Formats: sequence, structure tokens, C-alpha cells
Amino acid sequence: MVNLSDLFARNGTLCRPWPRVSVNEAEWTGLCTELAAGRLTLSALFGDRIQGDLGAVHMALLEEATGRLALASLPCPTGAFPSVARHHPPAARLERTIRDLFGLTPVGAPDLRPWLDHARWGVRAPLGAATPDAGAGEAYPVLPVEGEGLHQIPVGPVHAGIIEPGHFRFSAYGETVVRLEERLGYVHKGMESLMAGRAPEEAARIAGRHSGDATVAYALAFCRAVEAARGVAVPERAHALRGLMAELERLANHLGDIGAICNDAAFAIMLAHCGVLRERVLRASARAFGHRLMMDRVVPGGVAQDITAEAIAGMKALVAEVRRAFPALVRLYDETASLQDRTVSTGFTKPDYVRQFGAGGFVGRASGRGFDARRALPYPPYDRLPFEVPVRSDGDVNARVWVRIREVEESLGLIIRLLDTLPKGDITVPVPAGGGEGVALVESFRGDVFAFVALESDGRVRRAHLRDPSWFQWPLLETAIEGNIVADFPLCNKSFNCSYSGVDL
Amino acid sequence: MRKLLLQGLLKAPLTEKGPDDAAVEALARELDAAARARLGRSLSIREVDAGSCNGCELEIHALGNAFYDLDRFGIRFVASPRHADVLLVTGPVAKNMAEALKRTYDATPGPKWVVAAGDCAINGGVFAGSYAVTDGAAAIIPVDLKIPGCPPTPVDLLTGLLALLKAGKG
Repeated sequence: MVNLSDLFARNGTLCRPWPRVSVNEAEWTGLCTELAAGRLTLSALFGDRIQGDLGAVHMALLEEATGRLALASLPCPTGAFPSVARHHPPAARLERTIRDLFGLTPVGAPDLRPWLDHARWGVRAPLGAATPDAGAGEAYPVLPVEGEGLHQIPVGPVHAGIIEPGHFRFSAYGETVVRLEERLGYVHKGMESLMAGRAPEEAARIAGRHSGDATVAYALAFCRAVEAARGVAVPERAHALRGLMAELERLANHLGDIGAICNDAAFAIMLAHCGVLRERVLRASARAFGHRLMMDRVVPGGVAQDITAEAIAGMKALVAEVRRAFPALVRLYDETASLQDRTVSTGFTKPDYVRQFGAGGFVGRASGRGFDARRALPYPPYDRLPFEVPVRSDGDVNARVWVRIREVEESLGLIIRLLDTLPKGDITVPVPAGGGEGVALVESFRGDVFAFVALESDGRVRRAHLRDPSWFQWPLLETAIEGNIVADFPLCNKSFNCSYSGVDL
Repeated sequence: MRKLLLQGLLKAPLTEKGPDDAAVEALARELDAAARARLGRSLSIREVDAGSCNGCELEIHALGNAFYDLDRFGIRFVASPRHADVLLVTGPVAKNMAEALKRTYDATPGPKWVVAAGDCAINGGVFAGSYAVTDGAAAIIPVDLKIPGCPPTPVDLLTGLLALLKAGKG
């Protein structure tokens, strides 16, 4: 039997700040049973090619009680590895992705259908053997649903709204959804192959475009992993500015989501008012950092742009304006019976599933899992800042709205605190070229983003992997809609607001 | 709610002046003369995300907020390509989305125009050169107008769309 303490006790490779340890097949399977028993949480599972052509799989394991994280690595000389999903279902789509990208087979896996590979790339296993393929596409067998009176509704990949593409297959009995099956991968861009071989500064731009709405969090996760790999200490002022950007991003997204969820319940006035507040946040961000979404502002070694006294004043005025306008909107949400009728008890997500999948963000926190990377594995500037992590247990659309409302309030407080305690000094340090491995876990507005970066001795990226929080939220959306009516799907979907691009890689 | 509605009546609107005319003129000239003759005083747009990071979608959404208020220009987003004059394409066109994009184009009745929004849709952007993308929308469907940016700001998008509209009036 192995557990996390055993991994910590061994001499792993030089991976910082958490260890990466090679294990054998028996130990790998032992860790899978620890996951299945709920003693560990699966944080990431991804493929690699080490020492030339040797395939390998890495599994990042989180011990929530102690806030410890470690990576277990299994070399795959035969091109196969023991399936994790066989013991622990949350690993299923991650394993199918490893098979699609690296050609490594999870032995004993319950589902061997392709996931990201739609047979369109003209190449199979692009990060592994990279064998040529016709790229003609192939049929995808959806799971069978049988029963009298059932019908199927195929939706997507091109949807009716301005949203990302994905396919949803509803099996319905009248208006009631019996099963939803998601098929994603439509926006696969090959981001991991693009990052490999680049200098960290260039790769950070691709890292920051895994999911545009969480660009600050992604760039931060990537840069923290690079800085850990190189043992670089970032200046205090850079830490504070990074935190400021991360909270502005959280604020903008939550305001947008609260409005959009209400709009999906046909209550447009909330969208109009929240949309105004969101726009004010983006404009203040652009004035302070030169970009509305703050893309490419977090860079390896620090931040790309310092904040002026004028922008600080603008930011404080923004916080005052949101604090003035937001409470009336919260009251409106809370006191409108027709709106509450749509959100309360709709799209219930079981706390057991949230724990099993290690679902983060508002999806996890609305169903009793209080995990927040800023609190559980604190990183600067959050290690010196007081803030609350709101948790509810009702698990419905309403609960996910309320978690966002509370987090808006917390972010406003954090922004003011960061502005008032902004350290003086440099905003960047050089990152000396060289090898190493680093890991980071950063809280985006949607949940924790995991980053693994391995650098070659000349400083270029050998392998980078960023795991979106939505990997562990999308499957729960399938469970949340069960027994609800088809017409409530947009509402449930928006309350989850999972990233397509982030998981399609 | 009454108080919020009342405030809306009493306060000056947030909606701002449209983008300045010089920029619009410059963009309008890029357009095909045939487009000028055909397009009416309104535009129905079907947005197609063909592999974006979702940054472009955020800014396209922003066009609907009170500051930009796209509807006042006669421009609206529609739910089906069957109702559209314009396809607004974002993303480097992931190969996994190429067929869906082509089918959406084919389902759009003519006359129709294609706007490539954002650096990715123009030439693949930061994703150019990947095994999984086509390096821009033009590889799959004919593109009539390009709106650069990563992502283009709402003002950039508005300027481009207005140019299309102005060209249609001519």
C-alpha cells in the first residue's frame, strides 16, 4: 500500500514545490484505490514522453486534509498503463485524452472511445508516435439509451447563442431529461504541442489562451510553475499586482455570470445591470494594465505593466461604484419570486459527486466542498490576506448564484486591501535559463487550475500541461440535469459555466 | 425593482457615441462593391466559434451591454444561420470544427458575408502552425472582412460591423 506520505519520503526528481516520484504498476494501482476510497483527490492525469520515446503517465494527487500535493509517474515501456478510471471514474476523460494525444492505452478502462480526437487532424497520437491519418472523420457512438417513449435531441456543436461549440445529446421522456451525454473536443487547438519547444515567455502567451475568460489565472499558474522550476523569487509588488489582476478577473466573470444566469431565466434586467458593472471592471482593468482581459500581463518573473497612481484611484472608484450598485441587484435577485422559482431546486448537484470528482469553484462550493486553492495551498499574495471562502450545501442553480454573489463581495474587499498595502519595488525579475520541473495550483474564478512545466537545460519548455477546473465539472453537469426539464438546461449550463477551450486543449 | 426602473428613466443613458467616422471609412473601402449594392439597413449575424479561447466571445457579448448597445445600429445576433446575413467567425478554425463551420456557411442563405473576428480567425494567431488548426477561416470559407485584435475590443468589433453596414448602404 502506498499513500502520499510514502511519496514524500522518497527521493523524487527535482520538481518544486511538490515532489514527483516514479512508481511501479502495483504502486500506481495502489494509489488508484486510495483515490477510489476518497483519501486522495485526483488533481491531474496527463501523458508525457520522457528519455526520448519512452511514454509515461503522471498523476497529481491532492490530500485535502493536509494541503499536500504530489505527483506519481509511471513509465510505460509497452505503451500501456493500468487504468485509473477503472477504480475512479473522474479519470475517464483524462485517460481518453492521454490515449488520443500520446497513444498510451489505459488497460481495463471502462470507456475506450476517443475523446479529443475526432479523426480530423491528419495525424494520430500527435504527441506520441504521430502516425499519419486520412483525417476523414469517423462516427462517434453515443451511449445507448433504451426505453419506451424516449426520444433524443441532438444539440450543437454550433449553438444558438454566442457560446463555445460542443455537442449535447439529450435523451428525454417527454420534457424530462433522462440522460445527457456531452461530446467535446471541437475546439482542440493542439496547445500542448505548441508550448513544447518554446521559450517560457512565448509559451506563457499560449498558456494564457487556454481559456480566455481565465487568462490571468492560467498565465499565473504557468508562470508560477516556471518560477518554481527555476527557483525564482518574484518581487512582492509583482505578487500583489498578480493578485489584483486575479481578483479583477474573478469580479468581472462573476458579475457577467450572475447577469447571464438570470437572463437564461428570462429576467433580462439583471443582465443589463450586471453587464454595466462588468464593463466598468473591464475598463478599469484596461486603464490599469492596458488590456481589458489583462492578457499577457502576467509574465515569467513578474508582471508586464505597473499600475499608476491615477489607475489606483480609478480602481478605488470602481470598487465604490460596484459596492453602491450591487446590493440593490442582490435584493432584486433574492426578492423576485418568478426568478427564484426557476433557480431554486433546479440542477441539483450531489455533494458526494462533488467530493468524488474534486470539483472546485462555485460548483464545488455550492455543494459543500469548500476547497479553494488560495486557502488550501496558499500562495502570495493570499498568504497574507484575510478573506472568506463561501460554502453552501443546497447545490442548486440558486446556490451557485449565491456563492458568486458572496465571492464578488470578497473580491471587492481583496482589491481594496491589495491597493492599500501595495508594496514598493520592482515588478519583475529575470528568469535565468536552465532546466527543472515546477508545479502550481492557482484559483481561477471557475476553480483550481493545475500547471506542470518541465524545462530543458537550455530553458525551453519540454512539456507543459494545464488542467482546467472544468475537467471535473463537465461530468457533474450531466448528473445535475437528470430529472430536470429540457428547457432548464441553459440555466443549469450557465450556472456551471464550464470552459470548452480549457478542456479541449 | 421599481426603484431600479425609475433610475433608468431619470438618469442619462450610458450608451456612447459610435466609433469615429474615419476609421469606419477606412474599413468600408476594403469591402467588395457587390456587397455595397446588396446589403440593406440591417444586419443579422450568426456567430460561429470555430476554436477560439472564448476571449472573442466575451467581447462580442459586451457589444450588447448598455455602453455599446449594438441594436441601435440595426445589427442583431440571430440563433440560426438560416436567418443570417453575416457569419462572424472566431478562432483559428480547429480542424474538429471545420466541417461544422462549412455546414453553417452552406446553411446561410445568400447574399452572405463572412467576417473573421480576431487574430486567430485571420491567420491562426498564437495557434498558427498547430496540427489541429487550419490557420484561419479563409482556409474553409471565403472571408470578406477582417477585424484584428486579441481579442478585438467592442469598439474594434463595432467599427468593423458598421463598415459592413455602411458598405451595404452605398
